Amino acid sequence: MLVFVIRRLLQSAVVLFAMSLLVFLGVYAIGNPVDILINPNADQEDIERAIKGLGLDKPLWEQYLVFLRQAAEGNLGKSFAFNVPALQLILERMPATLELATAAMLIAVAVGLPLGLWAGLKPDSFAGRSIMAGSILGFSLPTFWVGLMLIMVFSVYLGWLPSNGRGPTTDLFGVPVSFLSWDGIRHLIMPATNLALFNLALVIRLTRAGTREALLQDYVKFARAKGLSDGRVIGVHVLKNISIPIVTITGLQFGTLIAFAIVTETIFAWPGMGKLIIDSINVLDRPVIVAYLLIIVTLFIVINLAVDILYSVLDPRVRLSDAKA
Amino acid sequence: MSGPTLEVAGLRTHFFTRQGVVKAVDGVSFEVHPGRILGLVGESGSGKTITGFSIMGLVDPPGRILEGEIRLKGRSLRALSPAEWQAVRGDRIAMIFQDPMMTLNPVLRIDTQMIEAVRAHAGVSVQAARERAREALVRVGIPSPDERLVAYPHQFSGGMRQRVAIAIALINKPDLVIADEPTTALDVTIQGQILAEVQKLCRESGTALIWITHDLAVIAGLADEVCVMYAGRIVERGTVDQVLDAPLHPYTRGLLDSVPSRNRPGAPLRQIPGMTPSLLALPQGCAFRSRCRRATETCLSDPPLYPLGDRQVRCFHPIHAEDEAEVE
Amino acid sequence: MTPPVDSPAAITEDAALAAPAEAAIAVPGAAEESPFRRIAADFAASRLALLGLALFALVVLCAVLAPLISPQNPYDLAQLDVLDSRLEPGSRSGDGKLLFWLGTDDQGRDMLSAIFYGLRISIGVGVAATLCALAIGTSLGLAAAFFGGRADSFIMRVADIQLSFPAILIALILLAVLGQGVDKIIIALIAVQWAYYARTVRGSALVERSKEYIEAARCLALPARRIVFRHLLPNCLPPLIVVATVQVAAAITLEATLSFLGLGLPITEPSLGLLIANGFTYMLSGKYWISFFPGVALLLTIVSINLVGDQLRDVLNPRLQR
Repeated sequence: MLVFVIRRLLQSAVVLFAMSLLVFLGVYAIGNPVDILINPNADQEDIERAIKGLGLDKPLWEQYLVFLRQAAEGNLGKSFAFNVPALQLILERMPATLELATAAMLIAVAVGLPLGLWAGLKPDSFAGRSIMAGSILGFSLPTFWVGLMLIMVFSVYLGWLPSNGRGPTTDLFGVPVSFLSWDGIRHLIMPATNLALFNLALVIRLTRAGTREALLQDYVKFARAKGLSDGRVIGVHVLKNISIPIVTITGLQFGTLIAFAIVTETIFAWPGMGKLIIDSINVLDRPVIVAYLLIIVTLFIVINLAVDILYSVLDPRVRLSDAKA
Repeated sequence: MSGPTLEVAGLRTHFFTRQGVVKAVDGVSFEVHPGRILGLVGESGSGKTITGFSIMGLVDPPGRILEGEIRLKGRSLRALSPAEWQAVRGDRIAMIFQDPMMTLNPVLRIDTQMIEAVRAHAGVSVQAARERAREALVRVGIPSPDERLVAYPHQFSGGMRQRVAIAIALINKPDLVIADEPTTALDVTIQGQILAEVQKLCRESGTALIWITHDLAVIAGLADEVCVMYAGRIVERGTVDQVLDAPLHPYTRGLLDSVPSRNRPGAPLRQIPGMTPSLLALPQGCAFRSRCRRATETCLSDPPLYPLGDRQVRCFHPIHAEDEAEVE
Repeated sequence: MTPPVDSPAAITEDAALAAPAEAAIAVPGAAEESPFRRIAADFAASRLALLGLALFALVVLCAVLAPLISPQNPYDLAQLDVLDSRLEPGSRSGDGKLLFWLGTDDQGRDMLSAIFYGLRISIGVGVAATLCALAIGTSLGLAAAFFGGRADSFIMRVADIQLSFPAILIALILLAVLGQGVDKIIIALIAVQWAYYARTVRGSALVERSKEYIEAARCLALPARRIVFRHLLPNCLPPLIVVATVQVAAAITLEATLSFLGLGLPITEPSLGLLIANGFTYMLSGKYWISFFPGVALLLTIVSINLVGDQLRDVLNPRLQR
């Protein structure tokens, strides 16, 4: 088990290096680093001083080392637009995005799992078939358009929910969260649901497929032969088996949710990392772009690693493979 | 002596598939008495497994029990509601399946799977159920039961897993156990051990046992009575000594002859010519007709199950003692 | 997988070009019925899939015939009158000549026409990107399977790493570095997709490679390229077709999303995504049609492709043939 963790850590480190190299190449070799990192409004003297300061007059490999060193120190440049360190800017916005992504994931699983279970248990019923048809709709609908329609219906026509922004925040363990107030929840519902849609469809389909497959297995027949109630057979035997792949896939999807939050945050003006990156791209605030890419790549690698470890913990066949009796 | 534990009369279980009706079990009748072991012998497709599932009420669509009486200690099983079935299964009738790797849930611990079998039928505490589980493991000869209880199925060897399955089957002291080829996937030595233990347990507790298999050698050492099945029907029935020493039905004779140890060394192995008919398209009359040396025109009609002394045979031309001389 | 061509005659007769592809999906004993016909029959068993196919055909038709069926050319500035802007669906133009079935946008463009032209671009970009990604990914996957060893690990490692990141992120990175433009969008879409094809093809190719008919071809000393393209590839087609169908929908959605965010196609080539973005600011004042109808068009396109893809997946999956 420990060997497994160490091996995965090393793999992740390699991937992190590779991605940092890619971002570096993208910024320094392909793009014009002067434009990217130095505020174009600075005058010639400042530009030349910045060039020296950033080491842009040195050979490329040296620049990469400088880049790495600075990244390790937490220095990823200063935002042109806000004139504060890019890293700080992003970390300030992270809680909002994480809150949105977490809420979306919870909605997707809490709604998708029971629906998928139902569709798997009664695939030929009207409900079962409608759920499947609905799931096709769920991942065919373009997320951004659904967001617009949600605003149209719930904000413009019905006036029930606010169309943009985040609700008032309170600090939970030092992290600002907005779901603890009713107003905060009102602001959170639509963007979270919008973001959850694609994943919801995915969870439904996965659960249905898993349930149908599980029901054909011998251990289900054996459980029934023991005289166990249907509730226990499905709630314990089937659920425990299908939950392992579903948890892992949902975990992996968390990273995707963070990425797709870019769209949702733009539509609902949610003050998270996603909106920051779009705004930065629009005003060409390149240090922020670079910082965002690096951070999100790191986030991804961490999530993948965590899910891998989680999977090996959940599935006893993997966890105990070295402890064969 | 008390009445039979299980009575099956005229059981018919058919599968309604797109290609047609598969008559998996087509008129099967037998009895099993307390503490006795019945061997249900036949090749794949003979309907023996489906017979077992029919008795348990675990026939899944597109299969359905069309007719027949199934009585457990005089109580009709076919009249049971789903709730009553849940109370009966695992408590009064238990089943052991062929492949224990697939029948034990791989992601649940052994004690979980045993405790739930107890608590589904008795309102005892978890600790009490755990104690019973532990005793059951000891009874089937599993060493260090406390360690085994907290283990997972994949950590056991095949023989061990099957013992666990047997322990689960016997844990609520059922009246009847149906074992569906439980030792087919195991080594011969392990098989021998398990057979001996099962026999002992049944004698001690008075549990009736139906042992489903295709292996005559197993039946010879284990069973008291034998039913030979072919194409969904019983073709011969009697005590194990009667059937194996002096088979009446040509099919039984063929099965016995094809066991390699009963052939002369150097001589070509005897086989039953032809193949089992598809259950979708059974031939007219006796299903064994096309493969039988003794078939005549009479065999074009359906042979009923004739009593012959205290035995039964479904054949117009059963083999008698004088016919033995004909065998080459 | 699908049963292979296993008659040596088919391999030695290089002239039998049609044989590999057809016999590749043939079932022994069903030689009379052409496999295409059988697949078509299986496909048609689902009414929903047929509906999807019909819908998609309709959408493609509209896109291709856009200049002919649009009441107005929305990009010919001479035809636009800014006084016609933001009219409701069903209104008439100022001079009474045009009926705006679906309303107009902020520049006076007829929505229906804008949608037809937008469909053209959306579908065009999506399909073009998919075809290129298909070609590139398939070649790389086949190379990885055929040459094995270092090449295989390298290609697959890159593919795996890329697949562990969401498409929108990769596209974002590429576009941030490369800038805007049709060609850059297509490059981004290709970069996002190729790994799916490479992995799929490699998987099937590895299974096929160990089968006997490939050994037979090797014994006959046919050149590698011929073995790969004439004999290996046709047997790997079914899963590729399924993946490609689904990916077309994904590519169209991704392009629409990127355009909506302002990172995609430039204003001179407005796809449906851009149309929707244009209408965003008018949503709050109740002028829903500027975003709504292009969205419906996008939705219909994608749903129809997904319906077809779903059925194709079931039909071409030999494990589900009961």
